[in-house]
Order: sequence, then C-alpha cells, then structure tokens
Amino acid sequence: MEHFLFELKEGLIIAFNAIRANKIRSILTTLGIVIGVASVVLMSTAIKGIDESFQESATSIMGTENIFIDKWAWFGDVPWWELRNRRDISMQDYRDFKAQATLPSAVVPRTVRRQTTTYGDVNVDGCFIIGTNQDYIQTTDLKFTEGRFFSEIESNAARRVCVIGGVIAEKLFPQGNGVDQVIKIRDKKYKVIGINDKQGSFLFGDFNPDNMIYIPIEAMFKDFQSRHRGGGISISVRAPTNQMVPAVKEEAISVMRRIRGLKYDEQDDFSINQQAALLDMINQQVGVIQIAGLFITGLALFVGAIGIMNIMFVSVKERTREIGIRKAIGAKKRTIMGQFLTESAFICLLGGLIGLFIAVLGAKIIEQYDFPVSVQVDAVVLAIGISLLTGVLSGLAPAWTAAKMDPVDALRYE
Amino acid sequence: MNIITIEHIAKIYQVGTEEVQALRDVSLTIDKNEYVAIMGPSGSGKSTLMNILGCLDTPTKGLYTFTGKHVSDMTDNDLASIRNKEIGFVFQTFNLLARSDALHNVELPLIYAGIGKEERRERAREALTKVNLEDRMDHRPNELSGGQRQRVAVARALVTNPSIILADEPTGNLDTKTGEDIMALFETLYEQGNTIILVTHEEYIAEHAKRIIRLRDGLVEKDEIIETRRVAQPRQI
Repeated sequence: MEHFLFELKEGLIIAFNAIRANKIRSILTTLGIVIGVASVVLMSTAIKGIDESFQESATSIMGTENIFIDKWAWFGDVPWWELRNRRDISMQDYRDFKAQATLPSAVVPRTVRRQTTTYGDVNVDGCFIIGTNQDYIQTTDLKFTEGRFFSEIESNAARRVCVIGGVIAEKLFPQGNGVDQVIKIRDKKYKVIGINDKQGSFLFGDFNPDNMIYIPIEAMFKDFQSRHRGGGISISVRAPTNQMVPAVKEEAISVMRRIRGLKYDEQDDFSINQQAALLDMINQQVGVIQIAGLFITGLALFVGAIGIMNIMFVSVKERTREIGIRKAIGAKKRTIMGQFLTESAFICLLGGLIGLFIAVLGAKIIEQYDFPVSVQVDAVVLAIGISLLTGVLSGLAPAWTAAKMDPVDALRYE
Repeated sequence: MNIITIEHIAKIYQVGTEEVQALRDVSLTIDKNEYVAIMGPSGSGKSTLMNILGCLDTPTKGLYTFTGKHVSDMTDNDLASIRNKEIGFVFQTFNLLARSDALHNVELPLIYAGIGKEERRERAREALTKVNLEDRMDHRPNELSGGQRQRVAVARALVTNPSIILADEPTGNLDTKTGEDIMALFETLYEQGNTIILVTHEEYIAEHAKRIIRLRDGLVEKDEIIETRRVAQPRQI
C-alpha cells in the first residue's frame, strides 16, 4: 500500500510535468472531456430537477394521501366512449358516500370550470374555478397569505365568496389588499375572502393552485354549471395517512358500488384516480428523457475518451526513448503502466473538474429562467468518478503499449 | 569472486524470414573489481552482448549467471529489479530525461528502488559530488555541456551502488579532452573497487581497461590482459 502511494505520487509528478510540457495539446485534449463531463453533469442535474418538480407539483395539487372518485379515468385502457356513457357522479352520490365511508379523514365534492375573472379593468382569462365545500381545505395543504377559506354556512347557503390563488391575486391586485374586494367571475360578483400563497409549479402549466379560485359548490351550480346536464362532480377522498391509502381505496370501491347499485358481475361505472398513477406515468416519461439524455451526453464523453486515448498513444510513441531509459534503470512494467494511467487519469480529472465548474455555472444561468436545476454533491461525485474512470479506461491501451515495450528497442528509438 | 559467468550464449534475431546470429557461442567470466573492455567492429555482436550482460535482453541459448543468480530464465520484472539494483548504465547518448534536472535524473533509479525522499536526495547529492557536479544539481541536461551530461549519467549509474558499471561507448559523443575526463572518472571508480565493463570500438579507449575481450562475428576472437594500460589523468580545471 505504501509502495502504491509512493508510485502514485511519483506518477502524479511525472504526469504533471508531462502536461505542463505540452500545454496546448493537453488543453485541446482535455476539451473533449470538459464538454463531456459538463454535459453529463448538467443533464443529470436537469433531469433530477425536472423529476423533483414533477413530483412536487403533483403532490401540491393532489396530495399523496388523496384519491379521486371520478367519472373519467386519468389513465388506463378503458376507451373514452365507454367512459362517456357512464353515469355522472352526483351530489347525492357524494352525500351517500360521505355517510357510508368510515375510513377517510375528509370527503369533499369538487367540480371545475374555466372562467374569466375581472377586477376593475384587469381581466384574467382561463382561471380554474373550483366548486367545493368547506371541507376542501382538509384535503390540501394550502397556505393563506391573507384571509380564510369559506365556512360551512357560506358553503351551504351558496354565498358568492371566493378564495383565490397566488398568481391570480397578483394579477388582479398588484398593490395587494385583495381581501374583501369584489371581483367578477364571468358576470357574477364574488367577494374575495382569502388569498393563497404563491407556490410555483413546473408541471401541468396553469393547472395548479396559483391559478385556481375556490367557490362554494352550490354557488357553482347556481352560476356556472347546470345541476342536471353536465352537472357531474368528482369526489376527493383524503386518507388519514399514506399507509391507509390502499384501504381507503378498497373501501371507496365497495361503497361506490353499493351506492350505484351495481351487481356483482357489472363493471365499475366510476374510476378511482390517484396521484400514484400519475407519478408512475411521470416516472416513466422522466425515465425516457433520462435514457435519451444520458445516451447523447454519454456520446460526447465517449468522443472525449477517444481523444484522450489518441493523445496518449501519441505521447507513448513520442516518449519511447524515455520509456527505454526508465526501463533500463529499473522501472517495472507495472510502474510504466501506472505512470501513463496516472497521466491520462490526471488529464481527465482536470477536464472533469473544469467541466464540473462549467456545469455549475451553466446551472446558475439556467436557474435564472425558472428551470429547476441545482448541482448537488452527488453530481460532483459523478463528475469526478466519470472523469477518473474515463481516464483510466482510455489510458489502458496506450499504457499497456508503453509497459510492454522492449527496453533495447525503446533505447534505440530515434 | 565471479560476478558474471556466461556459458555458451547465443542470440538469434528473426529479421523478416531470415535468422541473424548476433552471438554464436560466447563464454566468459568477469570477476569483481575487473576493468574490462569489450571490443569489436560493428556487427561483431558487442551491442548484443552488452544488452545481455546488462539484463536488457535475454539470450536465446546458454546460461547467464549474475552474482550467483540465473538470469537467463528470469521474468521481465525480475530483470528490471536486477538492472535497478545491480547494474549502472552509461550510454553513448547519455540518455538523461530532458525535462528533469540533474538531481532528479540521478534520483530516478532510487525512486524505482522505492527509497524515501530524504535518503534519495542525500544519496543523489553524494553521487553528483563524486563526479564534481555539486554546483550543477538544478540544471537540466540542455543547460549542461556534453561532458557534464555524461558525468550526470555516471552519477546516476553509481547512485545505487551497483555490482557492475556498464558503459556503452561512453566517450563516443564527446571530444577527446572531455572523453579523457570521463575516462579519468572511470579510473577513479575502478580504484575505489567498482567493476567496470566498457563497450567500445576505439582501440585508444579500450586500452584504458585491464582486459580486452575482442569479438568477431558473434564469437570471442581474443581475450587478453593488457600489460601496459593507459591511465587517464584528470585535467586540472
């Protein structure tokens, strides 16, 4: 071990001198590795960033403990025309479900429409109007900048009150003080009673709490949605804990079948949607991006490695005489091999560190555009690991050529 | 005591389809503290013999015993170890590492012997002092004259206290006077008890040795003791 460290140290000194002696060439050679490592690090952190914000967005909108009883299935292979022919889920279904389900910590009705919202002369198009009741707040982790959610009385009485998301609030009330103001949703006047914190979301574009307006579901039926035609809702069910989700889902299916009066041989005419399914899909897509991205960046690294191998072969050829001298005065095969491996690993490591530095800079720049990337410790380890590995692998063949040279021939080489 | 014993050594090279017999059948012994010159015209096999004696190459046939060890069937790594510890090379073209200073060049064999930095430095300085280069230690080969370079090479050969010093045309690239200086250096080393093998084609240089082995066509032509040998005197600088 001591001997190994000794040889490593000597190898490093030799490598350093060799690199210093061929500055331009070393820089050009290293460039391939710099680009390779920079792109691998940047790509892997970007992918990780995308993945994390996907998960985060999905959680912030739906919560991992929520399941959604819906007419429509988010995923799956039931054809849409069969889904279309299902019965709508009604408010009566909701009330029955709430009465019969024992496991959930909260059960709320939920329905969505898109409307334009106006305050003064400011219009915000395409707001997501969520009709729900007072219990909705228990199925989310919404935070309030100001005000509160609507109460049971307001909900049951179909009062025209609303809670607005952070982005909409920013647009309607650039000066703040939105609470107690009256805004128009389409042509109906609603009083703002609460404003949510801005969350920011990378996934789903606009469909996130920042662009939502919550109103009592009865008000929704009164103003924007017929109770009869197209009056279907979905039911959000909150499990008390994450572990309880499967049990809550089982119970939900049997309760819904009972409510719907389905016979044992009839198919469910509703769907149980949950975030896990969405996450599965996200993970699949991220996986594809990951493989494609790493393949392309891996290619850049591979080209860099070929460059290193090439230059190491040149270096070995050029230094044939030096190898002869070293062998004549007692360098073993292993020592010569180690010398050239150290040299190529060292060049690659330098390249890797420069690449890492560029990647960190690149990440800082990209971050300015709200794209979630940040270089973490594991990326640093990745960069160093990859560059060392590339160095050793691409140095292997040249180093072996050097090690097995015949000292007599090498000394005679001009 | 015999340092070198070679018995019926032959070396055959394959050049294309043709076999070249560089050495046909050479036997000789060299004792401790001998001063031997190996002579011969080009093509006589003296370089091949030197390579084999220096453990840079192994014979095709025959037995080579070096300080009691059978060298003929050693692995490359064992040979490297012998070269490192037991043999000091001095080449015609000096063969110094161009990018390293004199001190580091002399240190190099000790690095391969795995000797620690402090001791290495100390011994390298000592060796350079022996060849009167104590004030040139931090000079690179291209900052030194030919004679000085060869003296660095001699210091490098000495630094491991080898059993033999093997010099291949050590004065070949030097002018007469500088050559004489190097020969005087060898004279001193010889007087201090070192074993020196000189490979040369110059009669004048060979006459510095005590014994001349003449090769011709891969065979020993003559092996003679020199009665009135030339003794090189160091120049007064």
